[in-house]
Amino acid sequence: MGRFHRHADGTGHDEEHEPELRSVGDHSGYPETGRSRVAVLESILSENDRVADANRRLFAAAGLRAVNLMSSPGAGKTALLRRTIVELGSDVRVGILEGDIETSLDADRLEGLGAAVSLVNTGDGFGGECHLDATMVSSGLDRLPLDDLDLLLVENVGNLVCPAEFDVGEHAKAMVYAITEGEEKPLKYPVMFRAAEVVLVNKVDLLPHLDFNLNLFLSNLSDVNPGATIIRVSARTGEGVADWCDWLRSLRNRPPDPADQ
Amino acid sequence: MHELSLCQAILETVEARSGGRPVRRVDVRIGYFRQVVPDSLRFAWEMLTEGSNLSDCELGIESVPAVVRCRTCAATTTLDLPVLACATCESLDVELVSGEEFQLASFDVTADAV
Repeated sequence: MGRFHRHADGTGHDEEHEPELRSVGDHSGYPETGRSRVAVLESILSENDRVADANRRLFAAAGLRAVNLMSSPGAGKTALLRRTIVELGSDVRVGILEGDIETSLDADRLEGLGAAVSLVNTGDGFGGECHLDATMVSSGLDRLPLDDLDLLLVENVGNLVCPAEFDVGEHAKAMVYAITEGEEKPLKYPVMFRAAEVVLVNKVDLLPHLDFNLNLFLSNLSDVNPGATIIRVSARTGEGVADWCDWLRSLRNRPPDPADQ
Repeated sequence: MHELSLCQAILETVEARSGGRPVRRVDVRIGYFRQVVPDSLRFAWEMLTEGSNLSDCELGIESVPAVVRCRTCAATTTLDLPVLACATCESLDVELVSGEEFQLASFDVTADAV
């Protein structure tokens, strides 16, 4: 078979080419059409990653650490952020980059707590983007006083799939999971649960009222991401928020440019 | 939605690398852990490329299985659930060998637009 049917890794898939080969004769017809294969072997997301690296350099220059906070819709990201800003107090200067498909409702809830808030509505994307990518985050950074911040919390669009794929230049990915979502979520959404360095198990104040099996959830989480840091929290009562804030403060010990890690 | 975002990313990467040459085919390698549905990806690809300079550009998708190697018994297991465990000795101390690929493998161009 002609060399045009080989992937760079040596695998082939000749049949898939048949329909178009009919129009150009047999395999030897390829060179006559001037057709050639360019091997790339790089991440599909390399364009996004290039912008993410630029964001990271901005963060490093400003001396701040950034966390990409993800969850399904309604898991309690915004409520938890309100608690977080208050708990961190005046010794950590916080900026929030808020991603939402439409409306400023979540951004409004975060106003007046002492954090700088920048809203990125993703509704202008193709059909309303379901995640923040590096370029969208970059566009929202102009409205934040980066040099005056210690910590940037990126509140991603509520979605358990797409946000996990896109590096936005963060130093760490964290996710909020609510126990009302059921024990099997890590197995259904392994991409997200594997991407998160920290999993905040939210709404633990509801444990006495639910049939939720916490140990089963923790076992499922461990199956897909054995190294995850787990913090039990309640955005309603404030339980565990101090532990989460301690973890956020510990990010100061990481080099501002993750490439130096 | 997931597949649409990914197609957009594939398009951007191809456009950045192809230097304006007509692209006839794009081949990607996608691991099991990426949770991509090939049919949805093809559908999104047709939708996004239609009417663009990549219309009629074919998308080849190679699905890469998730394989782990056991650090205890050295056996390899191809996973059919996203549970990182060795099927031979049931150890959880395993290393992921493949399954997270998200790669643009290659694209085919015609040298000269006629």
